Amino acid sequence: MEIVKMKTEEPQNKTKLKITGAEAIIHCLLAEGVDILYGYPGGAIMPVYDELYKFQDKLTHILTRHEQGATHAAQGYARVSGRVGVAMATSGPGATNLVTGLADAQIDSTPMVCITGQVTRALLGSDAFQETDIIGISTPVTKWNYQITKAEEIPEIMAKAFYIAKTGRPGPVLVDITKNAQIDEFEFIYEKCTAVRSYNPVPKPDVKAIEAAADLINSAKKPMIVWGQGVILGKAEEELKAFVEKTGIPAAWTIMGASAIDSDHPLNVGMVGMHGNYGPNVLTNECDLLIAIGMRFDDRVTGNLDTYAKQAKVIHFEIDKAEVNKNVRADVAVLGNSKETLDLILPLVNENSHEEWHNEFKKKYEVEFEAVIKNDIHPTKEGLTMGEVIEQINIASGNKAVIVTDVGQHQMIGCRYAKFKESKSNITSGGLGTMGFALPAAIGAKMGAMDREVVAIIGDGGYQMTIQELGVIFQHNVPVKIVVLNNDHLGMVRQWQELFFDRRYASTVMVNPDFVKIAEGYHIESKRISKREDLQSTIEEMIASKNPYFLEVKVEKEDNVFPMIPSGASVSDVRLK
Amino acid sequence: MKKQWFTISVYSENNVGLLNRISGIFLKRHINIESLNVSKSEIDGVSKFTIVVNTTDKWVRNIVGQIEKQIEVIKAFYHTDEETIYQESALFKIASNLLFDERRIQNIIKENNSQIVTVARDFFVIAKSGRRNEIDDMYEQLKPFGIMQFVRSGRISVSKEEMQITALLKEFYEEV
Repeated sequence: MEIVKMKTEEPQNKTKLKITGAEAIIHCLLAEGVDILYGYPGGAIMPVYDELYKFQDKLTHILTRHEQGATHAAQGYARVSGRVGVAMATSGPGATNLVTGLADAQIDSTPMVCITGQVTRALLGSDAFQETDIIGISTPVTKWNYQITKAEEIPEIMAKAFYIAKTGRPGPVLVDITKNAQIDEFEFIYEKCTAVRSYNPVPKPDVKAIEAAADLINSAKKPMIVWGQGVILGKAEEELKAFVEKTGIPAAWTIMGASAIDSDHPLNVGMVGMHGNYGPNVLTNECDLLIAIGMRFDDRVTGNLDTYAKQAKVIHFEIDKAEVNKNVRADVAVLGNSKETLDLILPLVNENSHEEWHNEFKKKYEVEFEAVIKNDIHPTKEGLTMGEVIEQINIASGNKAVIVTDVGQHQMIGCRYAKFKESKSNITSGGLGTMGFALPAAIGAKMGAMDREVVAIIGDGGYQMTIQELGVIFQHNVPVKIVVLNNDHLGMVRQWQELFFDRRYASTVMVNPDFVKIAEGYHIESKRISKREDLQSTIEEMIASKNPYFLEVKVEKEDNVFPMIPSGASVSDVRLK
Repeated sequence: MKKQWFTISVYSENNVGLLNRISGIFLKRHINIESLNVSKSEIDGVSKFTIVVNTTDKWVRNIVGQIEKQIEVIKAFYHTDEETIYQESALFKIASNLLFDERRIQNIIKENNSQIVTVARDFFVIAKSGRRNEIDDMYEQLKPFGIMQFVRSGRISVSKEEMQITALLKEFYEEV
């Protein structure tokens, strides 16, 4: 394999003592700047855990209660910090339990390196105890994977793993290491990987494409921006803001792009997609130029592609060439890192304000406010709504919290109403929609941003998929705030059953345990509220707490999330009720 | 959109897991691989996959994009039949007595520009290279006499346009 290397400090003395593969793995992690990893030990990875014991002053290992939790924690860590998250597991079931997290990281472009133990080289293919073909299993859900069977391969492959995970469009990498490779000794030298000849992570910006894009932007009467996570991954928040402010173009975001620009910025017109804001969805089909930046036209964003922005010219700023023209045809594709391409286009675009066009967004917002938002945030009915809980969290945290959401109604409400002042603040499972994501992801998020408030907002369904990770919060006293919005239902599925399945509520009623008692069992301060008069003070108390805090909010059981673009419908047909 | 035949050429590192990764791209999209050939290429240490599919222009672009995205893939191309020179190879195993008893067989071998590879006591083997329809024709001609075994290879092809892998690799080494 042709790779280019750059020498880094050698982590051990110059006499080049031989070390074991297991110790080499630790040195590789340290050389890549890893100081925390999440995992679960087992037979085939024990030599590495033995080294982790020896290196615990330099490398913190967090024992999650399930390997899936380790991947989501690593993802949460990566998403808030912009660094590579690391998860470790043993062979067989340990490895297969990583698959959901890998798939989640793959579709949401999260840099993660997973290390799995494997049975010894001589036993491969013998159906040995806890042998599984994790390379075969993980291939479709990893950016790259590799099985190491010789200790000497460890430094080169580990260097390549980190390089691939974090460069270009990031993603998860899995390195499977047979037990003999962990035990055998070799002379360790570590060189960071700086290039792989068959891999072109960032296409070079094409000046002609940038000029063509600028021409379209300067002549557009009703242009609209939709940005995605590419802006955050590319650290292009400032460049996007400068571009938006100079051109005066209304800018909307996908769920993964949330928080890249301040929620209260006057040119931020809200979220697109199935449960996004009314204005940006409807006006997608009225704009004359759609400028997509670091987003991939997911079906939850576009609705029916046959009726999506057909009237508009499309400019697509994108790092991944395979995304261009995949779902929506681009008139101009600007390949490259958005930080660089937005910076290049800035001097070419004219100052503008697009006032009339902005008024269209304002009018649509007023319609949405009257029909939906007012009732979500300032409800007059007796029961609590999810929206008012989010609003109180905004107020209590000053829009500064990292909001980690799970999947379902609370996620959509959370992303609709949570306000952000800082980038990398909205951590959610966007592409895969992994229930159970939030609790472990919040643990990782807190560890990746200890100075920030981290609030996990979870439904009663998803919470019970990874509830065991409360053990990590207890053991390590991780001061995350957990809010379970409990409607005793799988709310989003229930909503679809109500709207599209003639109210046949198949398996969506949840008979729930006493969540407060469970949290108490883990010695986590906890409270349950169901009345509006308790909401503000309890959330203030929760945010003020320096410790982990669990809050169960009993909300209306049968509320629905609107606006909604029914699956397969056009963005123009967004329903307000 | 109309389906048609495409030949996808993939230049890659010689990596053990890559075939799995590439075939998964087709599997996920329910696109059948009609033929697959892997060999060395004109560049030392670089492998070449030649994959034939019957699909639409939209899907072949999608697939080639996804293939090229794989870390060990250097570059992927797709071409229509008109844009390539392509061939397949076939072997026919036939009972030896027919070679002597049936004059027609010798004519079939000659007319089809094929060669006898080996003659044993019980059987002989004919090799034929050419387009799929030429091999199919020959198969039909030989069938009435009885074919003991038949096998046909995947398509191999070269494009009429240049596939600039050497330049691409040179550029890489100049940059780093």
